[in-house]
Amino acid sequence: MSDHTNAAAGEVQEIHMHRDDFGSKMGMWLFLFTEILLFGGLFILYASYRFIYPDAFVVAAAELDLFMGGINTVILLTSSLTVVLGIVALQKGHKKLSLSMLWITVAFGLLFLVNKYFEWGAKFHHGIYPKGPALQEMSEGEVMYFGLYYVMTGLHGLHIVVGLIFIGFVMWQIKKDVLTRTNFQRLENAGLYWHLVDIIWIFLFPLFYLIH
Amino acid sequence: MANGTIAAPAAEVDFYHVKGRHKGLLSWLLTTDHKRIGIMYLTVMSVFFLTAMTFGVLMRLEMLSPGETIMSAQTYNSLFTLHGVIMIFLFIIPGIPAVFGNFFLPIQIGAMDVQFPRLNLLSWYLYIIGGALAIFSLFGGGGWVDTGWTFYVPYSVRTTTNVSLSVFAAFVLGFSSILTGLNFITTIHRLRCPGMTFFRMPLFIWSIYATSWIQVLATPVVGITLVLIILERAFGIGVFDPTLGGDPILYQHLFWIYSHPAVYIMILPAMGVVSEIIPTFARKPIFGYVPIAISSLAIALVGYLVWGHHMFSSGISDTSRVIFSLLTFIVALPSGIKVFNWVATLYKGSIEMTAPMLYAMLFLFIFSIGGLTGLVLGALNTDLHVTDTYFVVAHFHYVMFGGMGIIFFASIHYWFPKMFGKMYNEKMAKVAAYIIGIGFNTLYFPMFIMGYMGMPRRYYDYLPEFQVYHLISTVGSWILVSGILIMVANLLSGLRNGSKAPSNPWGGTTLEWTVPSPPPLLNFDQIPTVDHGPYEHPEIAKRKEIKDE
Repeated sequence: MSDHTNAAAGEVQEIHMHRDDFGSKMGMWLFLFTEILLFGGLFILYASYRFIYPDAFVVAAAELDLFMGGINTVILLTSSLTVVLGIVALQKGHKKLSLSMLWITVAFGLLFLVNKYFEWGAKFHHGIYPKGPALQEMSEGEVMYFGLYYVMTGLHGLHIVVGLIFIGFVMWQIKKDVLTRTNFQRLENAGLYWHLVDIIWIFLFPLFYLIH
Repeated sequence: MANGTIAAPAAEVDFYHVKGRHKGLLSWLLTTDHKRIGIMYLTVMSVFFLTAMTFGVLMRLEMLSPGETIMSAQTYNSLFTLHGVIMIFLFIIPGIPAVFGNFFLPIQIGAMDVQFPRLNLLSWYLYIIGGALAIFSLFGGGGWVDTGWTFYVPYSVRTTTNVSLSVFAAFVLGFSSILTGLNFITTIHRLRCPGMTFFRMPLFIWSIYATSWIQVLATPVVGITLVLIILERAFGIGVFDPTLGGDPILYQHLFWIYSHPAVYIMILPAMGVVSEIIPTFARKPIFGYVPIAISSLAIALVGYLVWGHHMFSSGISDTSRVIFSLLTFIVALPSGIKVFNWVATLYKGSIEMTAPMLYAMLFLFIFSIGGLTGLVLGALNTDLHVTDTYFVVAHFHYVMFGGMGIIFFASIHYWFPKMFGKMYNEKMAKVAAYIIGIGFNTLYFPMFIMGYMGMPRRYYDYLPEFQVYHLISTVGSWILVSGILIMVANLLSGLRNGSKAPSNPWGGTTLEWTVPSPPPLLNFDQIPTVDHGPYEHPEIAKRKEIKDE
């Protein structure tokens, strides 16, 4: 079990600073569990209200722009690929390639947010927002649908922002050679976080856009 | 071990006197030492505890006579909310893991620190920010929160008081709790010293391990629920608002999906401490080590599935009520396993009734009453009779205060010599323990009776026939508080003038008793190697050897 002690052996390290990549990864996975449960609460709400208002959910879902949602899905899935390429590039010692892959990831992330902005903006324009004029005309089930839509995609968008900041921080550390070919765990953790954001979208997309 | 060389220079000086990068207050506020962080938690938490205790005393004073005694109904509503919020979110939930888990978890598994020391400090800051927000919410506009600590909708969405800020405080505290749990799980998996297998870990570590899993897996659910309340108040999204088609019962589900497991976050670490204290002072290895260890995990697992018993009278379906009731009875089994094993450990032990042991015995007595009355509430028909009465209040305080609170006191007395390197006055500590025991039962036992007779909870007024019970109860609160004050004064005087503590004043067998009191910065000169279980007293091992020969 105690390979951490062996890892530290021989190197005189600063007090309290000892490196344990496996431990870091484990901590990250535990954190991802908490994220899944955070969204889990919302998925429970979605399931309940879909059960209570099955017809209204179908009607409301027709309001969403399938094309925009589809584009965003493609964007996010591709960005998951580029982040992995960035990790592998760093592991193989190609610092420059790794950084450009991460730049592409960040660009995709931003693009996703821009699309989301236009989607939300269009809804707002039509008065479909909590307490908005159009939404007040709709049935209770549709109000629930859009309430959940804004909360869930909003929270997801917030996670994209956090993920972008995380990746940006890691890129800065790669640039400064803090993270290198032998010390890449933090980049991998950022990648894991980005995949989580991706996976949550993979569930959000069909739940809101596809199921009719 | 190989990295013993790293630790060697700091070994002679205890962690209070190590010269670090920073001096004075900054040496505390910027520390990543798990021991200092534990002490910082203890300091802040004591302040919160005494504040919430004062609110409790004021509430009891209001209940002294029917009608308005010292405060208005609105003030009373705010006081029971604040009493609950502060006690639960700032004291009972983080209590033992944050203070004693931080201080002793790494030492008991033979590590130099937790896995993520900086994250540990971040947890402390989040705790402080959460606490500060809770206090700010008192002074901001709108007035003191009056929803009760459960923040039930739709009232929490409609009231004009400062709910959003308090709820956000609870959210931040949840974050702190998650990060602590995550840190502890990783520490236990990665930093056990050579030879410290899972089944050689002290039972306190097992209980912290189970607790941490609940913290990680349950807290996010309440996090999102509380965020939804804030959004509901700010934008009116409608998910919990019946006027818009939302279902308030769903809020209760989501709230209790966290908050029931949370009562095991509160009680499991306390059970772990009891499993440390009893073998130490009975001079016997613990009876049934494996069942106690596994029962912690069982409580964590089954405890996750019983939340519906908080909602028996909310109109959920009969099928689900029966299932939740059954599961509630099942979760009593592992608790029972623990209690019987503790008692079996005492059997034929050479019992030394020191202050920590006295508190542990008090716990066994009080917790048994609390646990058994829990079954009265877990059974459907009796629950409908006593739901939302003082019976629930009494049960809750018997398990929470009698469980976690009393054991928090026990922990301080048990580990005080190790944490501060000083001894307290043993006689005074025992006197305080007796007064606390008497005060506690005088305060809370009458609540069972009046609850059974129909006295509803959270009312600031009552019918005259309940007055005698309220009177006894209020007098009990005075006794209890004087006991607690004597205890605090005794500990503080021990801190100032106590004699120097030896490294192992109690004859404990776990690793923290092998290091000096207080421990050096990195805990050990050399990372220890363990080749036996946690509770093998040397005297007994010797006797066994003689017998074998």
